[in-house]
Amino acid sequence: MKRFWCAGLLAAVILSGCSKPADEAPTPAPTPEGGAPVAAEPGAPAATDLSGAINVSGSSTVMPISEAVAEEFMKGNPNVKVTVGEAGTGGGMKKFGAGEIEVTGASRPIKDKEIEACQTASIDFVELPVAYDGLAVVVHPQNDWVDHLTVAELKKIWEPSSKVKTWKDVRASFPAEPVKLFGPGTDSGTFDYFTDEICGKEGASRTDYTASEDDNTLVQGVAGSKGGLGYFGFSYYVNNKDKLKVVPVQAEGGQPVEPSETTVRDGSYKPLSRPLFIYVSAKALERPEVAAFAKFYVEQSATLAAQVGYVGLPAEIVTKVGERLSAKTTGSTFSGHKGSLADGLAATPAAAPAAPAGEKGK
Amino acid sequence: MSLSSAEVSAQVARRRSFDRWFGRVCQGMIWVAIGLLGVLVGGVLLQGLRHLDWQFLSSPPSSRWAAAGIWPALQGTFWLMFLTALIAIPLGLGAAVYMEEYSHRGPFSRWVETNINNLAGVPSIVYGMLGLALFARALNLGASVLAGALTLSLLVLPTIIIASREAIRAVPPTLRQGAFALGATRWQTIQHHTLPAALPGILTSVILALSRGIGETAPLITLGVPVFVTSGPDGLLSRFAAMPMQIYNWAARPQQEFHELAAAGIIVLMALLLSMNAVAIAIRNRAERSLKW
Repeated sequence: MKRFWCAGLLAAVILSGCSKPADEAPTPAPTPEGGAPVAAEPGAPAATDLSGAINVSGSSTVMPISEAVAEEFMKGNPNVKVTVGEAGTGGGMKKFGAGEIEVTGASRPIKDKEIEACQTASIDFVELPVAYDGLAVVVHPQNDWVDHLTVAELKKIWEPSSKVKTWKDVRASFPAEPVKLFGPGTDSGTFDYFTDEICGKEGASRTDYTASEDDNTLVQGVAGSKGGLGYFGFSYYVNNKDKLKVVPVQAEGGQPVEPSETTVRDGSYKPLSRPLFIYVSAKALERPEVAAFAKFYVEQSATLAAQVGYVGLPAEIVTKVGERLSAKTTGSTFSGHKGSLADGLAATPAAAPAAPAGEKGK
Repeated sequence: MSLSSAEVSAQVARRRSFDRWFGRVCQGMIWVAIGLLGVLVGGVLLQGLRHLDWQFLSSPPSSRWAAAGIWPALQGTFWLMFLTALIAIPLGLGAAVYMEEYSHRGPFSRWVETNINNLAGVPSIVYGMLGLALFARALNLGASVLAGALTLSLLVLPTIIIASREAIRAVPPTLRQGAFALGATRWQTIQHHTLPAALPGILTSVILALSRGIGETAPLITLGVPVFVTSGPDGLLSRFAAMPMQIYNWAARPQQEFHELAAAGIIVLMALLLSMNAVAIAIRNRAERSLKW
């Protein structure tokens, strides 16, 4: 008898929660405010007919935009199940190259190695810029000596061979307060982008700094040490303005520029404003629900990116991105490319994965 | 050499005072532990309580914090726990029964024992990598709820085996010998005497193991479990969200409101854990009461 006890009651412990029907998650009725213009577009297919599953993963920086897009998209297309995960830019590329996901977000352009991996797996992709993000360089609010930093000074602080121990080592007029550094870990696209722009080589960074994949930890770190200096996504500065002081960055031959929505959008905040991308599998784009989702993503990106704390792309860029999507132009024009989004979008994919990959691989 | 009575009483007094002092130090340690727990729970309650309402419990996640909820993640966690229990309990219990009741003590059983003890200390992310390679990729299960449950089963299995063995070992040998003397087979002895007597301990071990599993984030991240999922799982191969992942994601956002949602999520997860423990204790007490020997 007691045996049944064991089994029955144990099942009861766990089943108690599971008895609720699993599929009744209430989908809110489509509201007119958000994504209406797209669904109402005359040429668009009757969106609600679409069904299927779309898996999105990749950069945790892009994740909030994808989440917002997925949410709005499912309001008009309740039968399409979009899931959004986060695996980091590099981790997302691996999953994308393994064919596990249809869309991956990236906070830096795809790397040559990752393009090769996609070619090997014969996965063609369409590269779509979806927003701008600025990297903010921040110090402690009581730091009254730093009015701006030049790119050369940032490099002096962050390069692998850096001898900087105190602020005096950065600029002679600064006090001898010890520098405490905070930055993202090596898996992060933010790290890749910063090291590439500041130190001149991707991944080239001193290693004796406090690294965390959680930007809130970096915020706490800089806010808690008087000699602190850190870098992370602009939106983390915006939400913690009272605890941090942002440092204007001076590019070579330019003026010190403070990051803001305007300076990030018009590109005057150089070199630390970066585009964010999504990569969509060309094969998956043949499925109507994926095509509709990608189209919706591009069209809504400006609005939704701003809503979650990033800077939306200007209208003319969005139009060009839309053209690239409808032409299904595969390959990357941003990999290793340093120029404006407009230039990149105008370029044709040079090292196109469409080129006979088999012969090239040998 | 003999001590005067004054010397003896001085020594006794010294020992007694040391005893009192030691007791107080130990008491102080308890208060440090309780105090830390209090600060932690208090902080979480303070942050999250105002978001904890029916809307939060019944809504899918959202990019707007005011609309965001934890329902799909809650469902995902229930599925995960149920499947993990279904897989890990029979396996763990079977292994424990074999090792205690059937196997002969020898080099092989010692080797197995050492390995299981070591497995209990392996960091959870390693199980995540194993799950990704074996279940998600090789068996092609993807980041499904089945793959998640199989991974968590591996994770909790050593704990279940070790603690269940302890419970079975604690059953007095006279009980077994009595059964054997009356002509019972091994299985009859186990079925009617050993297992029922060990049940309270086994239940405790299972609940402790599942409680560990419920809070694991690292293996799920490694498996590629998504964060934004709007409905609960509808099958074994369905993709799912889980509460620890949802909490982790909210806590990493820039906006303060999402941090508060994370705190609210923690409260729900804690409530779930406490109720699991409470049910386990209730079952254990009943099982203990019905034991007569």
